[in-house]
Amino acid sequence: MAEYKLTTPLSDEDIIKLKAGDKVLLSGVVYTARDAAHMRMVESLKKGEELPFDPKGQVIYYVGPSPARPGKPIGSAGPTTSYRMNPFAPILIEKGQKGMIGKGKMSDEVKEACVKYKACYFASIGGAAAVVGKAVKKAEVIAYPELGPEAVRRLEVEDMPLFVCYDAHGNDLYEIAKKEWANKL
Amino acid sequence: MSEVRNVSVKDVEEAIYKLALDAAYHIPEDVLEAEKKAYEKEKSETAKKVLETIFENIKVSSEEEFPLCQDTGLGIIFLEVGQDVHFTDGYIVDAINKGVERAYKDGYLRKSSCHPLTRANYGNNLPAIIHTFVVPGNKVKIIFDAKGGGSESMSKVQMLKPADGRDGIIQTVVDWMIQAGPNPCPPTIVGVGIGGDFERAAVMAKHATLRKVGQPSDDPVLAEMEQEILTKINNSGIGPAGLGGLTTALAVHIEMEPCHIATLPLAINTACHVNRHKEIEL
Ligand code: SF4
Repeated sequence: MAEYKLTTPLSDEDIIKLKAGDKVLLSGVVYTARDAAHMRMVESLKKGEELPFDPKGQVIYYVGPSPARPGKPIGSAGPTTSYRMNPFAPILIEKGQKGMIGKGKMSDEVKEACVKYKACYFASIGGAAAVVGKAVKKAEVIAYPELGPEAVRRLEVEDMPLFVCYDAHGNDLYEIAKKEWANKL
Repeated sequence: MSEVRNVSVKDVEEAIYKLALDAAYHIPEDVLEAEKKAYEKEKSETAKKVLETIFENIKVSSEEEFPLCQDTGLGIIFLEVGQDVHFTDGYIVDAINKGVERAYKDGYLRKSSCHPLTRANYGNNLPAIIHTFVVPGNKVKIIFDAKGGGSESMSKVQMLKPADGRDGIIQTVVDWMIQAGPNPCPPTIVGVGIGGDFERAAVMAKHATLRKVGQPSDDPVLAEMEQEILTKINNSGIGPAGLGGLTTALAVHIEMEPCHIATLPLAINTACHVNRHKEIEL
């Protein structure tokens, strides 16, 4: 299993070399969006309106951070459960999104979209939110402020530790890991 | 019989405020102990790394008052009121809600309550969810449980057939937890409620997640079931954060009550590895 340092926006070449189980330290801009923001973005697409950001090459972090204390860019900011974004991820991947960051399983449709359009689902450690939040250096709400923790934020991150979970070759880290460690007690 | 005692709801508000802040930043000691024990037994290198990250998170959270998890949960309150308590200075439910609202504001905790249909965020994390029990005596016991949405979503109530029995219960819980996989942030504490009725089973399951981690049930039959389920879940290989390993659950806790001759209610409620709960007696 390899370890990579990547900076957004990500290219097809960046994605193709990644294999499920690889570790990635991600830097650059990532955008946050959860259920409510995804519903609105997909609605906008249907109406032919602009999205709050161009998804091409971008990574979306499924997170609703806790409020920042004065002087800090963000509060705690670990991943939320990703399956709730199953209906939306393939649509945005088709529009050029290159990565999702979250926790937990996603659907076969998401896996297929990762293969077809060269994208990657990165797993982060749920509930390690104070530590993960430290990778965030800057945060700014760019859309839907009324959604509070669910607003779309533009984050600048430095060396955010991630695991490649679904790669662009159809592999699934959760399945691989589970098989390897089953019936070992 | 104890003497009737006045308890000011202002004291309850203050207690709730402190419990909510404490729960958000400081992991219960028994949870950390169980995680350390699991670390010693763990054989997967990745799982060890994940647990190390969890330990670091616990440290950072406690020292710098960053919430353990960004999802600081809804406030779930188990309120045991002695029948000889007389609340003064206001309405107890208002006081509890005020304590929660103040803590989530002052502590920079996330406000997660919303309208179920429009999904509009209420911005105050209210209302608290309060389960009240009347007990003997003149004391008030409060358990505050900050319950996140990820683990809560991996819950269910199922009305089994009486013939499903012990083995049917075990199979249902194990299958459910394996299917939940990485979603509820393993290693988890699995709460199980057996019997009662539809809603009692659910309350028991949640209450069971708050027991001291790994302390077996007083009922030897249930204690044995707890062990059997735990071994089966941990043999799934899911592991911490779902990245593989021997530690998928830290413990299984079962509570049981009598039920109707025609029913076998079963409820499962999962607590994640940041099982944030604190309690006090007034
Ligand atoms: S399940 Fe628990 S640890 Fe995981 S994101 Fe939710 S509250 Fe945090």
